[in-house]
Amino acid sequence: MTSPTTTRRDFLKVVSVAGAGLALGVYDRQAWAMAEESGTTLSPSVYLSIDTSGNVTVVVARAEMGQGVRTAIPMLVAEELEADWDRIRVEQALADPKYGSMVTGGSQSIRTSWEPLRKAGATAREMLIAAAAQEWRVEPSTCRAERGSIVHGTTGRKMEYGKLVERAARLPVPENPLLKNPAKYRIIGKKVRRLDSPDKLRGKAIFGIDTRVPGMLIAAIQRSPVIGGSVKRFDAAGALATPGVRRVVQVHSGVAVLADTTWAAFQGRDNLVVDWDDGPNARMSSASIAKMFQEKSAGEVRIARNDGDSAAALASAVQKSVATYELPFLAHAPLEPMNCIAHTRADSAEIWAPSQSPLVARDAVAGALGLPPEKVVVHPTLSGGGFGRRLWPDFAVEAALVSRAAGTPVKVVWTREEDMRHDFYRPASLHRLAAGIDGNGKLSAWQHRIVAPSINIQLFPEGTGENRWRDAVDGAAQLPYTVPSILVEYAMANTPVQILWWRSVYNSQNAFVNESFLDEIAVLAGKDPFEYRRELLPVDSRLRGVLELAAKKAGWGTPLPAGMGRGIACHACFGSFVAEVAEVSVDSNGGVRVKRIVSAVDCGRAVNPDGIRSQIEGGVIIGLTAALYGEITIENGRVQQGNYDAYKLLRYDETPEIEVHIVGSEKDPTGVGEPGLPPVAPAVCNAIYAATGKRIRRLPIRLQ
Amino acid sequence: MALITLDVNGTSRTVDAEDGTPLLWVLRDLLGLTGTKYGCGAGLCGSCTVHLDGEATRSCITPVENAVGKKILTIEGFCEKPDNPLVEAWLDEEVSQCGYCQPGQLMTAAALFSRNPAPSENEINAAMSETLCRCGTQNRIRKAIRRVIEEGGMR
Repeated sequence: MTSPTTTRRDFLKVVSVAGAGLALGVYDRQAWAMAEESGTTLSPSVYLSIDTSGNVTVVVARAEMGQGVRTAIPMLVAEELEADWDRIRVEQALADPKYGSMVTGGSQSIRTSWEPLRKAGATAREMLIAAAAQEWRVEPSTCRAERGSIVHGTTGRKMEYGKLVERAARLPVPENPLLKNPAKYRIIGKKVRRLDSPDKLRGKAIFGIDTRVPGMLIAAIQRSPVIGGSVKRFDAAGALATPGVRRVVQVHSGVAVLADTTWAAFQGRDNLVVDWDDGPNARMSSASIAKMFQEKSAGEVRIARNDGDSAAALASAVQKSVATYELPFLAHAPLEPMNCIAHTRADSAEIWAPSQSPLVARDAVAGALGLPPEKVVVHPTLSGGGFGRRLWPDFAVEAALVSRAAGTPVKVVWTREEDMRHDFYRPASLHRLAAGIDGNGKLSAWQHRIVAPSINIQLFPEGTGENRWRDAVDGAAQLPYTVPSILVEYAMANTPVQILWWRSVYNSQNAFVNESFLDEIAVLAGKDPFEYRRELLPVDSRLRGVLELAAKKAGWGTPLPAGMGRGIACHACFGSFVAEVAEVSVDSNGGVRVKRIVSAVDCGRAVNPDGIRSQIEGGVIIGLTAALYGEITIENGRVQQGNYDAYKLLRYDETPEIEVHIVGSEKDPTGVGEPGLPPVAPAVCNAIYAATGKRIRRLPIRLQ
Repeated sequence: MALITLDVNGTSRTVDAEDGTPLLWVLRDLLGLTGTKYGCGAGLCGSCTVHLDGEATRSCITPVENAVGKKILTIEGFCEKPDNPLVEAWLDEEVSQCGYCQPGQLMTAAALFSRNPAPSENEINAAMSETLCRCGTQNRIRKAIRRVIEEGGMR
């Protein structure tokens, strides 16, 4: 239903008065254009609605996987709406192009919601004020919004939003609602209760794996133990004889056993006898990949950045240093293993997926089933962690194909071992570094050659675009230091190992390398690592700001007991700036204990400060876990780690004290999900160097 | 299949399950108690923690027949009372991120408190360190546990 007063130019629009509520949608230009082209009814990309009882519903089109988006996005709306926080409800959007891309990745949910969602709230506020003014026959300028009501300034008359929505829904939509003066914020920048916590703690929250649909069977899949292998033949007798097992079907990814319960499916899967064709990768190993990286490092390269003449600068350097750094494949390992429900019918399909990209999943499922995308409905569910893994739609396509092959609704549940051995991993990489300093110890030349698979090229081999490989140089090409000559090169080294975006993506490797090698150069120059960085960063730069703040809060330069060291690192990514100082003790057996991490973050205006602290703490812990333990290895084409005994997570008693200091800022908000991670590993390794004189150039850290 | 009667959250429940079926899947798939989570299936992560006669138990490696005759408490039963001090402390410290491991964390902490209303730092470490969190909520769990102790335990 549309209001006759709205026009195509409207940014915000009354989209529905069903149930006599006020519903406002926010359009982005692209979604609008898309809708025009396809001739479908125009709908909002994200909307809020207020019902006649005064409840405010915010539809969140991003995936909640722990980062708090179901709290922070409503905060933006509630602030401008002057809503009562206790009356805010959250609804998960179905996958629909009207919401834009819906991808939850790149630490961008708040960045992209900041403007449109505040505007949505402000528009509703102005319409409610106009409705009250009409009701009272007063000037709108004499009315104000206050905690879910409109108040008349001189008489003190008051009406709750619920009582005004019917009238407001009939009013014209203001084109340019006035946004609040940030000095008047009472929700943004303040502490609010996370909206999703109570249900999660009480076991009531329904994650993907908890979802049920009528008539569904549960499937477990045996996949090729060797990367790239395929089914030669299989004997289903043992599986079918397992109590509770109903059906066995072959799909592209392996053989699926469908049963009444998850346990029966798991048992049936184990009782299945599959003869695998191991394919071309049966002899691939971590060693063979490392050897290939070595070869590629001497081969063809692409230039990512070339300032000055680094070869000449290096040749004339007073002192120089070279080093090689290596990083492993990493698994995402979210606590909730991959899973997906699919219900396919002859001409349609319905999917329930803990997905970070439900629209991508919708289109991929439609493609696999040969259906028009609009015939596929995707319900995004809560995710038990994501970290990038749930961006790829493989698990939804697989569930759809199992459902089609078996002719039944099905929930595919991956065992932990399947999840870990068939992940799309953070790429392994090799880095060759060279740098030179002049007579004053100043950095004069920097060369960094990255040898790694390109996620973009491996995922989209058919894609076009000259610079798609540049993903692999993220965080390296943007070396923030003032150096007269910088050369950053990339040697593409793709492998059969599936790779994907992993929290902070290539920043996780490149920041480790930048910040470790820069520490080496500071030592070479005989300078303090903090002072050395500081002098190389532009005065008044935001990175220098967080570097100084972290050093100050950590007590940089104050004495530490014997056997302890302090290290510092900083990095900018996803629009934000983070510096971290690590305090580490190393015992005589080489046992590393990280005692304290002090983090300083500049992410623009802090929308939800406690949420930001949570995200930085999480980034620190996952980065520390990777530095201390994280490694996926391959032998005979098989991923060796299958569970948390071999792929360890940082334990409670190993977790250091973590401080997060947020820089006060009035700039627009930037990312916080990922930026806390990259500086941790180099800060810790630089601290180990300070404590022991031993430089860590390969992760995970092994000192023994 | 065999009929098995269990005492779940104070209620007698009869299910049809093979011997050897982990209690986890009986709770989740047969009784619809999905607050108890599957994380590893090998007793490594603690997301599936329930109480058997008050003891924190990994339901993913506990055959259902071992739970017969014992009082089974799941997160749903543990949270039946509205003002649970542990849950309140977890909310006050804004512990949960994705929240998937938190029922297991709460059940692990609850068993600790039932043994000892004021556990020492070492006892807390020993009890909590086998329950994994990928989001990185460890320090907030620590704060929440300290808050419960400061506020007089589980009352």
